[in-house]
Amino acid sequence: MAKVLMTGNEAVGEAAIRAGCRFYSGYPITPQTEILQYLSWRMPEVGGKFVQAEAELSAVNMLYGAASAGARTFGSTSGPGFSLMQEGISYIAAADLPLVIVNVMREGSGLGNIGASQGDYLQMTKGGGHGDYHTIVLAPANVQESADMMVLGFDLAEKYLHPVLIATDAAIGQMVEGVELPDFITHDIDKFDWAVRGCKKGDKPRTIQNIYFMDDNYEQHLREKYARMVENEQRWESIEVEDADIVLVSYGISSRLCKEAIKIARKEGFKLGLIRLITLWPFPEKAFAEVNPDVKGYLSVEMSTIGQVKDDIRLATGCTKLVDNYGSMMELPEPEGIIEKAKSML
Amino acid sequence: MKYKVPTTVDVMKTTFCSGCGQGVVNRLIGEIMEELGTAEKLVVTTDVACGAMNVDFWNFDTIVGAHGRPLPTATAVKKVRPDCLSLAHLGDGAAYNIGMAETMHAAIRDDDVFALVLNNCVFAMTGGQTSATTMLGQKTKSSIQGRKVEVEGKPFHIENALSGMDIAYLARGSIESVPSIRKTKQYLKTAFEKHKNNEGFVLVEILTPCPTNWGMTPVESMKRIKEEVMVEYPVGEFINRGGGK
Repeated sequence: MAKVLMTGNEAVGEAAIRAGCRFYSGYPITPQTEILQYLSWRMPEVGGKFVQAEAELSAVNMLYGAASAGARTFGSTSGPGFSLMQEGISYIAAADLPLVIVNVMREGSGLGNIGASQGDYLQMTKGGGHGDYHTIVLAPANVQESADMMVLGFDLAEKYLHPVLIATDAAIGQMVEGVELPDFITHDIDKFDWAVRGCKKGDKPRTIQNIYFMDDNYEQHLREKYARMVENEQRWESIEVEDADIVLVSYGISSRLCKEAIKIARKEGFKLGLIRLITLWPFPEKAFAEVNPDVKGYLSVEMSTIGQVKDDIRLATGCTKLVDNYGSMMELPEPEGIIEKAKSML
Repeated sequence: MKYKVPTTVDVMKTTFCSGCGQGVVNRLIGEIMEELGTAEKLVVTTDVACGAMNVDFWNFDTIVGAHGRPLPTATAVKKVRPDCLSLAHLGDGAAYNIGMAETMHAAIRDDDVFALVLNNCVFAMTGGQTSATTMLGQKTKSSIQGRKVEVEGKPFHIENALSGMDIAYLARGSIESVPSIRKTKQYLKTAFEKHKNNEGFVLVEILTPCPTNWGMTPVESMKRIKEEVMVEYPVGEFINRGGGK
């Protein structure tokens, strides 16, 4: 199929439609609003249902209902709105429901600002809402991956019966690139027998609930589910890590600048490598086994002031290597700055 | 007239406190579903509190919603399965405190969804605290001297809040006496018929007793509903778009 020009946000919306999603609910918040706007006309066009909710609290609970009834369901938000969705995401995880939520990350804590940033890493990978759960988190680095990961997101959500989050940002969401859109998939709303639809006389009623802990096997179910995700779903891209003296660890928009930094550094004879995180959770620990055993250190390159990925790198390397971070919540990392910081670690 | 026990609700198995109003309401729902022939189409979304226990007693598909959010959840169920009936089962705290925005906006959008509000004037599951519908002077665990206008404001009336709104149906019933129960059943049945016909947002509030948190016997609780609660909260139909029976 020929490529078309689209923004990352539009590609997310169109890919969701093509993946068979027929229910969307959201609330306007920059920089994700184009997803909501796109689906406000596109969803009815294909016979799906679109609701602009009164708040993200309501939007996420609509997603909960549509997924409970068996529809392929997705929602999107950003920053403060993502915080409002946390209670609902916790419920959805507890109820073993498949759906996809996109967080187009923006700057700062509090109101922050509307520019690109990567400050929701901890919230997205460590649970985010109350209680004991993780969600799979996918991180596209361009418009093509934004579309592809919508399809992958639904597949993983249904494979594990679990919510999948997609971490994009204002830059990827707003930029225009060529994208090959996925083929249309038809989703059968009756695919899963657990989905509520009305109980036939004599049948056992279906119940979607968040209080499975009353079941003796609940903890075992959870342990096995998360262990399978960690074993099977780690995704990453490695670039020249086998001989690297410093390995950059990055994801999303920042990883594109890391690739530029590697090219410049290698021309100068400085052996820089990159582990690009494609899943943020499960964290791709397996990627670190491929790295030069004599590597001097790891530099996390992310749009964050506090360096949110740092601790996961330390854990993945058993705290045996120097780990530092480079980045700003406000500014895209510069290749020259990345190289200078990496050199300082030698 | 021949009475029979509905098969869609288990009226024998119950974990509610003595004198709770949920059992009576459950029986009415079961009877109406069987009379309308819609039992196999009903999906109920409960709130988290006492009402969530109903999932063990109903032979309906159910969702246990988040506190205050069963309405958006039930709205979405109806949107993706339009042939289903979708009931949000709420208490006064869920519908009028934490979930007030959800209640108002389901009404503003005139969503095809049924809001059933069991109003016992108190947060029951958490041990009896003040809700939006707690009566003036009523002592609760969080208003030990009784509700005061200057502290908690006046009791909330849904018929005032939704007055003039373009919704399909709004009524309040009570279950303190047999005549009231029969009247309430009529309101519920009208509302279910309108919901079945996809006529828009319907809300039925039912005044129910909570002897445990009112510190009364079941009989005293019914007397209180008649002498005090029904004086504050009049029963009747407030909105009935397009008339009807």
